Amino acid sequence: MEKLTFVYPAHAKLASRAHVGVVASGDLEVLLEPAAGHESRVTVTTSVDGFGVAWKSVLDRFFARFTAAADVEINDFGATPGLVMLRLEQAVEALQP
Amino acid sequence: MTGAHPNNTAENFLARRSFIELTARERAAALLDAGTFRELLGPFDRMKSPWLLEQGIVPQSDDGVVIARGRIAARDAVVAAIEGAYQGGSVGEVSSAKIAGALELALEDCLRGRPVLAVLVLDSGGVRLQEANLGLAGIAEIHAAIVALRPHVPVVGVIAGMVGCFGGMSLAAALCSHLIVTRQARLAMNGPEVIEQEAGIAEMDASDRAAVWQLIGGEQRYATGLADALVEDDIDVMGEAVRHAVAVTASAARSSEVERFQSRLDLIDPAHPPDPRALRLAWQRGTV
Repeated sequence: MEKLTFVYPAHAKLASRAHVGVVASGDLEVLLEPAAGHESRVTVTTSVDGFGVAWKSVLDRFFARFTAAADVEINDFGATPGLVMLRLEQAVEALQP
Repeated sequence: MTGAHPNNTAENFLARRSFIELTARERAAALLDAGTFRELLGPFDRMKSPWLLEQGIVPQSDDGVVIARGRIAARDAVVAAIEGAYQGGSVGEVSSAKIAGALELALEDCLRGRPVLAVLVLDSGGVRLQEANLGLAGIAEIHAAIVALRPHVPVVGVIAGMVGCFGGMSLAAALCSHLIVTRQARLAMNGPEVIEQEAGIAEMDASDRAAVWQLIGGEQRYATGLADALVEDDIDVMGEAVRHAVAVTASAARSSEVERFQSRLDLIDPAHPPDPRALRLAWQRGTV
């Protein structure tokens, strides 16, 4: 198990929060909440060690488009990078309008 | 009531919306009247296991149990749904406390003249071994809470699969005033893998799925009177079965019928245990 933290600059506000996914085999849960200030903080707890570079690549790409200040908690049980991206996008979609 | 539909054609199969494939949260929402789902201690309350991180296991923000208030057939209800995909639906300190607490609050409401019926969606391998005695103590609290609540309102158990319901949670299922299963469900104290490991492959081959389901599958449990309804894996059918279960006046709880079950056991010679078919004949629904 490994814990990773990533910080990204933000310049928009988030109005609501969202939760998607299950910490099931090959899956993950994402908790997305508004954060104060001008940065987003991602905390990843993953069952698979040594994939920090892959996490950074996925999150870099996600935050290239997502610009709101958010606290993101990810609890991962061995999801592939593609699935991580899908869950992040699903969380954004699940934000209450 | 509801038996498994014999017309399992490809069309019917494809037209179904699977209940089994839903997450615990979706299952709870599916059983409650539309628009009434309100979660208690949800993911953002972060009431997670304090023990798993210490043991290098990734925790889930709701500890694998969803508690939701709402209405079923326009009556106040609480649903506790276990997420089978998280740690095999295992029940630890927090998850058991969430279930027991929900049932205890429902009892308080009942005693205040505001009945709240309960539905337990069970998909659990039993106690979470990493939390050992704390989980076991919590499961005992769940048992006590079911027994205390069921004289006031129906406490309906649902076992849909695919994990099934084992260990201490199988006892919880047996204590429910009404138990609904699917053909995919399994209900037993010890899981097949545990029996194979402890008693040898001659006693049970856990990889023989047909043999496992013949022994402890939902159809067999229904046919031998250990479950009250056998339903197809379909959201609407399951919802209908739950609404039916809360509408009927429960007959005597299984766990209070000691003599009847003793007489059933007397029909079996442990030296020559019956095969699943013979057991079905011996314990046919409604005969003993």
